[in-house]
Amino acid sequence: MITFKNVSKRYPDGFVALNNANLDIATGEMVFLTGHSGAGKSTLLKLIATIEHPSSGIIAINGQNIAQLKPAAIPYLRRKIGFIFQDHKLLFDRSAFDNVLLPLQISGFDSQSMAARVRAALDKVGLLKKEKSMPVALSGGERQRLCIARAIVHRPMILIADEPTGNLDVEYARDIMTLFNSFNQVGVTVLISTHDASLLEDTQHRILTLKQGKLAA
Amino acid sequence: MMRAWLSQHGYVLLFTLKQLIAKPVTNICSILVMGIALSLPVGAYTLIENLHALSGQVADMPQMSLFVKTDANSQDIANIKQKLESDEQIIDFQYIPKETALQQLQQSSGLANIAHHLGHNPLPDAFVVHTQKNTAQVLEQLRTDMQNWPEIEFVQFDSDWIERLNAILDLSRAVMFMLSILLSIAIIAIMFNTIRLQILTKRDEIEISKLIGATDSFIQRPFLYFGTIQGLAGGFVAWSIMIISVNTMNHKLIDLTQLYNSDFQLHYLSLADSISLLFFSAWLGWLGARISVASHLWQIEAK
Repeated sequence: MITFKNVSKRYPDGFVALNNANLDIATGEMVFLTGHSGAGKSTLLKLIATIEHPSSGIIAINGQNIAQLKPAAIPYLRRKIGFIFQDHKLLFDRSAFDNVLLPLQISGFDSQSMAARVRAALDKVGLLKKEKSMPVALSGGERQRLCIARAIVHRPMILIADEPTGNLDVEYARDIMTLFNSFNQVGVTVLISTHDASLLEDTQHRILTLKQGKLAA
Repeated sequence: MMRAWLSQHGYVLLFTLKQLIAKPVTNICSILVMGIALSLPVGAYTLIENLHALSGQVADMPQMSLFVKTDANSQDIANIKQKLESDEQIIDFQYIPKETALQQLQQSSGLANIAHHLGHNPLPDAFVVHTQKNTAQVLEQLRTDMQNWPEIEFVQFDSDWIERLNAILDLSRAVMFMLSILLSIAIIAIMFNTIRLQILTKRDEIEISKLIGATDSFIQRPFLYFGTIQGLAGGFVAWSIMIISVNTMNHKLIDLTQLYNSDFQLHYLSLADSISLLFFSAWLGWLGARISVASHLWQIEAK
């Protein structure tokens, strides 16, 4: 599903985030990505969603080299991915419902099925009762879950989460991990970056570690 | 697929209208600015078209007045009639004997008493002659020919002023055209700036939409709708200003035209012209938005 071949990413200021990284994630797999902060976890995730572009190497999603993607094709790749951003990137001028609605509007669903899908996604993350709330009125954990609802509402093939439990206490963090497991069980490929060692203690899933731009299993 | 497409556009349209209502004062102001700017060339155009129609009515048939020498007798009149009849360039003519002319003068103006006091009829016999439409040169030649007839005192070219009016109208048209171009550019600039501000305030939304797979056309759509609708509304304001002005002027004109025994009224903008105006103003709004979107959206890259 996701393949990296000798991928390097050098930023204009000379910082090397990835150095000849190789990676292979199978369809339906759930993988953790760890490493101390600044190790290049975010960069790796952004490369998959073509938010960043590699300096060299090949990144393939579903066998398609995304480095050669035309700009006009990038939106359609991003629709296959549900991205949970570290800083949430919620829209504060609209309700929880409308935040989750956005990906469906973008993908061009028809309006009848949209509301039902939005409510299903909100229900999944336990925010159905808060659909009319504005993001400012939500707690940190609720915002995180709202961000997850927005990432899964259009049923992407790949779910990418950048530090999804970053600022949450242990209880909340476990809830969210349970959510990711349930998405994985219905066949979604899940890739989660975290520096939270406690999350990884009892996991059955593969753990990749990033060190100085290199990947180690 | 089609339904999804329609619902997407329907949603954007609804969203844009909501946006317009959400900031009524700002939006009404910019619509008024556009409307008033447009109303200037529209008003000028309406006026020019009216004057053109007026001159067209008259100019279709060039008209000359032939004044017969005061000492002419009935034989001379018969001679003139014969010459006029035999001239191919003359379509028709009307003989106005001096008695009729005096009667008309007495009826149509407050000059009745003056004519009475004169004691005798000072007016000459006259012919009103309609000629075929032709170049000014040919008509001038005809006038000179008739002027040289021995029975004729003076030939007056009645449609001289039409020529001059048409020349003035041509000039006014050129001025109006320049005015239209300048004000159109102004409207595009206004829209450019309005959309630029909108894009700035929606930076987050645009960035996030791009991150979750919005195409450029999806992101542009609300701005283009906004520009088009505002342009359309501006065009409607200009059209309303024109209707109200013509209406007001027609009321005033009644007083004036009654004095001249005429039923002349200003015409409104024709249906075709009205529709063109609305399309054009909507297009101007769209164009301003389009240029603004093209020059600002690319600056917002997803991070």
